Amino acid sequence: MSVLLDDAPLLSVDGLTRFYGPRIGCRDVSFDLYPGEVLAVVGESGSGKTTLLNCLAGRLPLSSGNVSYRMRDGVVCDLALLGEAERRFLMRTDWGFVHQNPADGLRMNVSAGANVGERLMAIGDRHYCNIRGSALSWLERVEVPADRIDDDPRGFSGGMRQRLQIARNLVTAPRLVFMDEPTGGLDVSVQARLLDLIRALVADLGMAALVVTHDLAVARLLSHRIMVMKAGEVVEEGLTDRVLDDPHAPYTQLLVSSILQV
Amino acid sequence: MNTSQEETDAPYNFAYLDEQTKRMIRRAILKAVAIPGYQVPFASREMPMPYGWGTGGVQVTASVLGPDDVLKVIDQGADDTTNAVSIRAFFAKVAGVATTTHTADASIIQTRHRVPETPLEAGQILVFQVPIPEPLRFLEPRETETRVMHALEEYGLMHVKLYEDIARHGHIATTYAYPVKVEDRYVMDPSPIPKFDNPKLTNSPALQLYGAGREKRIYAIPPFTRVESLDFEDHPFEVQHFSEPCGLCGAEGVYLDEVILDDRGGRMFVCSDTDFCEGRREAGHRGHLAAAMEEGA
Repeated sequence: MSVLLDDAPLLSVDGLTRFYGPRIGCRDVSFDLYPGEVLAVVGESGSGKTTLLNCLAGRLPLSSGNVSYRMRDGVVCDLALLGEAERRFLMRTDWGFVHQNPADGLRMNVSAGANVGERLMAIGDRHYCNIRGSALSWLERVEVPADRIDDDPRGFSGGMRQRLQIARNLVTAPRLVFMDEPTGGLDVSVQARLLDLIRALVADLGMAALVVTHDLAVARLLSHRIMVMKAGEVVEEGLTDRVLDDPHAPYTQLLVSSILQV
Repeated sequence: MNTSQEETDAPYNFAYLDEQTKRMIRRAILKAVAIPGYQVPFASREMPMPYGWGTGGVQVTASVLGPDDVLKVIDQGADDTTNAVSIRAFFAKVAGVATTTHTADASIIQTRHRVPETPLEAGQILVFQVPIPEPLRFLEPRETETRVMHALEEYGLMHVKLYEDIARHGHIATTYAYPVKVEDRYVMDPSPIPKFDNPKLTNSPALQLYGAGREKRIYAIPPFTRVESLDFEDHPFEVQHFSEPCGLCGAEGVYLDEVILDDRGGRMFVCSDTDFCEGRREAGHRGHLAAAMEEGA
């Protein structure tokens, strides 16, 4: 994958720390994410990946550190200083959040079309035919059959739900998407198609993505850079191929050698 | 049918509620009037009637009622249904106020599910009984979340509901409790009035108060406030239309009830607002079924 990297980072994280009472969620995480770049965060469960993701996406308050984001107009904002209204507006326009369980990210009792159209209506689109048109074209892009547009996602398979969730997030052309185990719980053939789709979309739309996963194969396929976490701290960071082919930290070596060979 | 005002001998404070409670409710009403469409929480009391029978409306009426007021109570437009008769009798007993069925004579009108056909005037107060005050409730069950959504004006979800209507039925199929936006700010549930009545809410010279007893919320539309029904550009808001006039008084352009006459498919359409219909008949208007009804009676 070749991408054109801007020289100014989109998201800049400095010393991010989150405690749960006396326990550590994640500690002293710093990195920059550039436009169009996909960064994977890997590690075993309990290593603080999801805590990190939730802190970045404004779903959890930080204990210390700061996160700044470059807005569309080029102004760099400290996310902690943003009001709730601005943060929520950012969440539904410039950002996307793909949950591991699609039921958390979708409205299960409204139709697929309305799920995709919700963000458009939230930013003020009031033309039914246009909203439906965008919903249809997005369903086509994520390979959900057009005749399912009026069905609600309860009748969808796991893979279809996940693709619908992705469409719902991407309809406003976000510049940054957070993904929490996007392929978790799917069987391998469905996983493969979903990965293809995400790869194509990321390349087409040039958006930056932060993908949390415990699956090193997913990280290798999707990401340009990789960050390995253990017990709340980053133990190794680098280009994906370098980290996976030539791991330096003992924990990364363990992780890489733990992959089952078929 | 005006009853004269008489000294009440009931062992209750004027209008049933104690003065401290009425003060608390009046404070909530003042706040509601100051922020049109905003749902103000209040400490709703137990009333001598079940929830769902208008406990919110009754508390609001009790708090704004004075000895010189003339009260009218309607239920689905009618003055003579159980709910209307018992609430009217309740206030006649505990407050000793005069009651009426004539819209124009009333200073306070408590209503369930209708706005009277006769245009309201300055100085009149319309009190609505509200079952579920939160218009976003069926799409977002968390109260904490809906409050934030109101605070931040995040109303995209309301259009999701209308979108669903069009996707499923080809048109906006919501016919009652049709959501409105008040003065370009708060989205509000106008209580389960038919959407036919929505245009009467905007720029009304009367004060409109909404009371939800079980949900403990009061909200208001002050006089001359802009109230818009939500819609899509290509599916604009429309009210119901009726193909025939009222069978008794011949009125057109009013909201009609369907009345089943027999078990062979016989039916007639009559005004839902009984006072309006009677007034027209007294003034000599006759519908095409009026003669047949008088003969049968």
